[in-house]
Amino acid sequence: MKTTKEISLGDIAARSEELRGENMTLNMGPSHPATHGVLRLSLELDGDKVVKCDPVIGYLHRGDEKIAENMTYNQFVPYTDRLDYLAPLANNVAYAIAVEKLAGLKMPERCEAIRVACCEMARISSHLLGLGVYAMDTGAWTVFMYTFNEREKLYTLFEELTGARFTTSYTRIGGLTRDLPEGWLQRVENFCDGVLKTIDEVDRLLTRNGIFLERTEGIAPISKELALAYGLTGPNLRASGVPFDLRKDKPYSGYEKYEFDVPVGAKGDCFDRYLVRMEEVRQSVRILRQVIKTMPSGPWYAEEAKKIFLPPKAKVMTKMEELIQNFMLVTEGPQIPAGEVYFEAENPKGALGFYIVSNGGGVPYRLRIRGPSFVSLSILPAIVPGNFLTDIASILGSLDFVMGECDR
Amino acid sequence: MDAAAFTQKFPQTETLASIDMPTFKVANAELVEVVRYLRDTQGFDLLADLCGVDWPQRTPRFGVVLHLLNTSKSEYVRLHVACEEDAVPSVSAIHPGANWHEREAYDMFGIRFIGHPDPRRILMWEAYPYHPLRKEFPLAGIEVPFPAADVAAVTGQKVEPAPMMGGPFVSGGGHMSNAEPQALDQSWNEEKPKS
Repeated sequence: MKTTKEISLGDIAARSEELRGENMTLNMGPSHPATHGVLRLSLELDGDKVVKCDPVIGYLHRGDEKIAENMTYNQFVPYTDRLDYLAPLANNVAYAIAVEKLAGLKMPERCEAIRVACCEMARISSHLLGLGVYAMDTGAWTVFMYTFNEREKLYTLFEELTGARFTTSYTRIGGLTRDLPEGWLQRVENFCDGVLKTIDEVDRLLTRNGIFLERTEGIAPISKELALAYGLTGPNLRASGVPFDLRKDKPYSGYEKYEFDVPVGAKGDCFDRYLVRMEEVRQSVRILRQVIKTMPSGPWYAEEAKKIFLPPKAKVMTKMEELIQNFMLVTEGPQIPAGEVYFEAENPKGALGFYIVSNGGGVPYRLRIRGPSFVSLSILPAIVPGNFLTDIASILGSLDFVMGECDR
Repeated sequence: MDAAAFTQKFPQTETLASIDMPTFKVANAELVEVVRYLRDTQGFDLLADLCGVDWPQRTPRFGVVLHLLNTSKSEYVRLHVACEEDAVPSVSAIHPGANWHEREAYDMFGIRFIGHPDPRRILMWEAYPYHPLRKEFPLAGIEVPFPAADVAAVTGQKVEPAPMMGGPFVSGGGHMSNAEPQALDQSWNEEKPKS
């Protein structure tokens, strides 16, 4: 006769404990599709569970801060394209405003409005990429195709505006490189209609998708306190329930004129970070529409910035004084008074800060770049341990970082 | 922020003129206390930025600048600290986010942060011998051994300075025709004219 032996759950657990092996060290990256660039994670694993996570960064370090000390203020604008290269326009604007604050310049209304439009389009572009690749990280390939379709339209608009699709270098200290092209605002309006449809489509594909929920809901929650302690900013901070948005709380470039809401998460898990970004795209469209409706006319560069902004080309060709001024500005750079300034702009990835120390003259003495992605990644050792190896793709995607800005 | 209460609590603090936010020079030994007080009493709950600055003409040479943010009142405050023997107390126990910023300041300037839990380099590799953001460090870089010794043993690879002068599209000195950015056409020059 067969006998059945009862085994208690405690015995099973004890046996499983006996079978526990040594921890394993695993290198993830720097060439790994889920690390979005050249991030390397040095992981310690107990089975499939992460015990320790040590991010190794610097693979994309180009010494931007050193380079900035060796060139004039305007010459550094193209380098800002390469910080968060998914939203170069927003970086251009943040840098220009920082230097203008130091120079004590006030921008005319049209210039400010164009800059707001640039920032919001950059935000949409960055979030579309963030959402697309995040879906891909969690196993949904189609979303990427939808969002990249819209990004392509954005790039076409960027090209019309700045002459380049990717590395825009659109702002100058004291203004912009050029005014809006004919009929461009109407084409942005058309784009707005399209992108809302796409976002709704993405919403339908992801927000109630079982696989996506399984991979994001409750994964790596960041509490309010933890987010503040690590200095997170932007969507990552707001997803944790801190309603702080520099566009609302410390308005710059005329953001106070526009009406928009700031989405705030509740739990701060991967799913909340996704929801916050989705809503931010919709709010950006709302701001864009207001900008288009109320676009002021007038000059698009600061008229009082005689010693800083290049004179109009027609005058350079015909007038002596303008020619000399043009020559001095090109060879010696705009002369910025001595002092120090710290300015943070609400970029798609978080607060992009520039701390500039000037001794006077055309070259900064020290230019420090505070990249939001650098800060977002510094929280990894605190939130990754305890999760499974497969969750790392989900966590990294939800933080939406870019290494160009992290390593500088 | 309540600047009067702050300077009264820390009488060694010096108020500096600034165009954008309240700025203070804080005594090196008091830094940790100051940052804790600002967080707990005045609501500066987020460390926005921490970085080093090199002043070769000054003694002490290195300074550290902190930017703190009060997220409920949207106010910033800037703190300047001078290094003592190239060292500053670490604030990463109060703001864990300072950890990486301090590692970067150590990496780039060689500033030591006393009490830092993990004083390693962050952007450069661990064996890198220099601190690149110091003013005397050349823009092009300095030749150093390749970080992976096993690769270097086989290939003889070194980390070389960036090609500045003499690069194909960089202007050189001397004659005007050399000073213009140009493609590297060596078939003719001043000494050997174009035939």
